[in-house]
Amino acid sequence: MTHAETPSGPGVATPRRPARVRLAWLLAVLAVLLVTMVASVAFGSRIVGWSDITAALGGANETLDQAAVIKRIPRTLLAVAVGAALALSGTVMQGVTRNPLADPGILGVNMGASLAVAVGIVTFGLTTATDYIWAAIAGAAIAAIFVYTVGSLGRGGATPLKIALAGAATSAALASLITATVLPRGDIAANYRSWQVGGVGGATWESLEHILPFLLAGTVVCLLCARPLNSLALGDDLAAGLGERVAVARGVAALGAVVLCGAATAIAGPIAFVGLVVPHLCRLLVGLDHRWLLPFSALAGAILLTAGDVAGRIVARPDEIEVGIITALIGAPFFISVVRRQKVREL
Amino acid sequence: MSTTTLEAVTRGRIRRNRRRWTVLTVLALITATMFSLSLMLGNTYYPPGDVLRVILGETVPGASFSVGTLRLPRAVLALLVGLCFGAGGVTFQTMLRNPLASPDVIGITSGAGAAAAFAIIVLGLDEVGVSVFAIIAGLGVALIIYVLSFKDGVAGTRLVLIGIGIAAMLDSATAYVLNQAGQWDLQNAMRWLNGSLNGSTWDETIPVALALLVFGPLLLTQARNLSMLQLGDDTAAALGVRLERTRILVIVAAVALIAFATSASGPVSFVAFLAGPIASRLLGPRGSLLIPSALVGAILVLTADLIGQYAFDTRYPVGVITGVLGAPYLLYLLVRTNRAGGSL
Repeated sequence: MTHAETPSGPGVATPRRPARVRLAWLLAVLAVLLVTMVASVAFGSRIVGWSDITAALGGANETLDQAAVIKRIPRTLLAVAVGAALALSGTVMQGVTRNPLADPGILGVNMGASLAVAVGIVTFGLTTATDYIWAAIAGAAIAAIFVYTVGSLGRGGATPLKIALAGAATSAALASLITATVLPRGDIAANYRSWQVGGVGGATWESLEHILPFLLAGTVVCLLCARPLNSLALGDDLAAGLGERVAVARGVAALGAVVLCGAATAIAGPIAFVGLVVPHLCRLLVGLDHRWLLPFSALAGAILLTAGDVAGRIVARPDEIEVGIITALIGAPFFISVVRRQKVREL
Repeated sequence: MSTTTLEAVTRGRIRRNRRRWTVLTVLALITATMFSLSLMLGNTYYPPGDVLRVILGETVPGASFSVGTLRLPRAVLALLVGLCFGAGGVTFQTMLRNPLASPDVIGITSGAGAAAAFAIIVLGLDEVGVSVFAIIAGLGVALIIYVLSFKDGVAGTRLVLIGIGIAAMLDSATAYVLNQAGQWDLQNAMRWLNGSLNGSTWDETIPVALALLVFGPLLLTQARNLSMLQLGDDTAAALGVRLERTRILVIVAAVALIAFATSASGPVSFVAFLAGPIASRLLGPRGSLLIPSALVGAILVLTADLIGQYAFDTRYPVGVITGVLGAPYLLYLLVRTNRAGGSL
């Protein structure tokens, strides 16, 4: 992190990075992602050697080690997909709200998705993963609109403090409602418990299949919004002056972000702070241009979540710590450092 | 001229005093009513006479067990926990001059809860050990938040935001501890996630009672200094308040109340946050809010526990009810302050 002294955050000018530097970073990030993915199939309660990994990837399933690798492949892919989705979603939310603290977890969007899934299961008897995803996206959208509206009422607009508080209050209310929804149903409550922590341990090829179309659609929408997001960063007036239809751009970008985090939450549970941490780090690496920032955030998010998952498996061997807990432990100090860097009147 | 001003001031003071006493009496009456109701109501209704006889130690068939063993510890714990959360919450709000800076928003309750859950579930300590753990954690979190938000002085907004971050981290620590518990016990988990009074016994109630006896009066002796702190540090110092001593005493006492209550009932959502603002709306801006807030806290917990137990088909833990009721109020406060253009 040689650029640690560079100021970051929306609204702070960062020197333009030459394309060469960005390209180098891109290659570096890709390499790290690859290493992390290999680590994710290699480490766990059983540590697998290189030869077994390649054999298992080639289709062999004879030894216990190879079986472990085969079980870990969907988990790794899910961690990559969910991490990328959450980070992308967080980057877009920070861009749309021009708020350095925006994150699907902090804004309460994850909890909205969770409540929608819980209500869907208990009240409407949803059973398939695709149903869950639709419910989660709807819940995420409602929560996002609600929190943003409450947080931006009144003078000063959506300041980080108001947004964070509205998000925290909404999360708390939603958490209570979720408990109220699942408590009468013991069978669901037990399932809900493992899901509510946020983790990718339960990944299967099937869940991957269900989530992928949503993630792809959301990713495409978000990436297409890179240029409008760059304009929005200049402020609404200037963006409008540049010919941007501000409301439309905001709506479309937010929709992409909500689809991504709703789908990710439906499969992996509410995982907080990935969407907060990653964009800030990536801004240090590649600057403020969303055309670079968005793909970078996706890759870095994938790395963060996969590495967090691996760490959770190594630290507590032979048990494991859910990745949602790891990201909160890493993310909260980061959140605090972002808060400390802001000037008081900007909060 | 001067006599009329004097008369007006005197009359105003008398009026406010009268209002204060009226509000206090009404709050005390409501608290007593809710407390009696939670002893009388249940699967079987027992008339006040039976309840009284049980409390006085007589043996009443049926009632002795239902009221004496099941309902009484629960109602007493609800009362005590409510008093503790109400008093502790308003202390922080007053000291930090910010209605949002209540211990449950800024993570102190989460810290005490995480430590208590850890002490019970992982270490298997008894009530005393758990309370000690919870207090140390609560004080530690308070210190950490204070140090972290210190940058050219402590700004309220920064402190609240940092507290929210700390709370998120500690809540996930609680989730981790709950996952460590080999056997998944829903009731137990509810207690640490939302706050619950289910299965409360005298073992949990007595430490809270002792804490309230020790730290409640301590807090009351500082009530006057605390209100003066609201005028700003310099003014308070000029009025003869020893700033650091007051602050430390107040923080220790408030954190102790919160920590003891949390280690008995878990972090009952939003009671500490709600009690102060409600009391201040009832009383107006004058005077110490400590006792009225404590009473409001007790009313909230007692009422929410009754609602949670009997209003629905399923028995809900008290924290679920206060959470569902409390969050809209926080949002309302947010919206109202925003509309008025005030700063948070």
